[in-house]
Amino acid sequence: MSCDLDSALLHSYFDGELSVIRAAEFQYHLARCSECNDELAAMSSLRGSLKHARLYESAPTSLKLKIRVGIHSRTPKTRPSPLLGWRGLAPAAAMVLVALILWRVVPGFRKEEDYQAEFAAEIVDAHLRSLLPGQITNVNSADPAILKAWFDSKVNFAFPVRDFAGNGFALQGGRVDVLQGRTVAALVYRSRDQVFNVFIWHTRESDASAHAGTRQGHQWIDWRNDRLEFCAVSDAAPSDLRRLQGLLALSSIITAE
Amino acid sequence: MLQAEHRARFERLVLPHLDAAFNLAAWILSSRSDAEDVTQEAMLRAYRFFGGFYGGDVRAWLLQIVRNTSYTCLEKNRRMQMTDEFNEELHMQSSATPESIAIAGDDREHLKQALDTLPSRFREVLVLRELQGCSYKEIAEITSTPMGTVMSSLSRARRQLQSAMAKHAGGETAHEL
Repeated sequence: MSCDLDSALLHSYFDGELSVIRAAEFQYHLARCSECNDELAAMSSLRGSLKHARLYESAPTSLKLKIRVGIHSRTPKTRPSPLLGWRGLAPAAAMVLVALILWRVVPGFRKEEDYQAEFAAEIVDAHLRSLLPGQITNVNSADPAILKAWFDSKVNFAFPVRDFAGNGFALQGGRVDVLQGRTVAALVYRSRDQVFNVFIWHTRESDASAHAGTRQGHQWIDWRNDRLEFCAVSDAAPSDLRRLQGLLALSSIITAE
Repeated sequence: MLQAEHRARFERLVLPHLDAAFNLAAWILSSRSDAEDVTQEAMLRAYRFFGGFYGGDVRAWLLQIVRNTSYTCLEKNRRMQMTDEFNEELHMQSSATPESIAIAGDDREHLKQALDTLPSRFREVLVLRELQGCSYKEIAEITSTPMGTVMSSLSRARRQLQSAMAKHAGGETAHEL
């Protein structure tokens, strides 16, 4: 155990992920280090066995057929595009009119509600996923400055990061997550033994006051402020989630001023 | 018209990655039948969000959705098992079937079992790197983790797999004696 080289370097070299210069430096080291040589040999033998074992699980042919049938019977999500050209406006207006009539006349035709339900399902799923071991945070820190610096390099929008430990909600860390195919920031708070996820993403839509919902025993509150959409979710009591929402809403107003 | 175009584009760009999607799901879930459901759900989800995909690495984009859907399924199964204490059969499910053992060479089965003993976040980086040939950057994107974490997970995953294989080999010899 004489070699104190960072093992990540060895693995990066093995995977061809080092730059030419760093690879050359590593080879220089390799020529003098039997330990790294042994390690490298072991890794390549492991790679050989993995390859030979044919572990790749191919999809059954019936699955492809099922999926093709599935997408033929389904319409893709079309949310109104903000970049709609002038020429598209007349048919769009006609469509809005038809949609309005349908919405009024046919009680089952409520796209917005479908969207709400789907949104709630995504939020709760993302929350549940985060509770799996090792998934809750990418950065484990209660220091807002550290988290802010980390998020600055990960997402292309800025938002306030605050610790509310004094009010009973201790900041645990942050992570980057995916909601409805878009990248979102997630702040994690803990109050007693309850975990709260606060998802934040950039939006073009105007400010909106908080509206809440329940799904699978989880509560969520969503609101928009200054080009940012926030959604807090937890299985804590609704009053606790409301309190956290109040603190967050207050902190973004203070930051804006 | 437009919708047909959308569908054709999806079939051309995304559907060819079906095997990669299924492979990742099968290894995260340790089950082919769960992987079928999850892959189907993830594909339909991807189809719905495809309008918001503005280019880039389509495979990484799809695998990100597959991974999230797989973990959601794992978490649901875990919750179900907690409330379902008497259903022992559910707990006993193993990915190895008698047929698969009979067909596979010994090496394959040993490796498969060793891989299944790893925590899922280690297993997934190994699968993405060794079976799907993803770069570190792609793995970081798919798993939404920083590059540094990908590197350290990969090196720990390899070490754990090596020691699981060694333990197996050791156990075998002891058994034969």
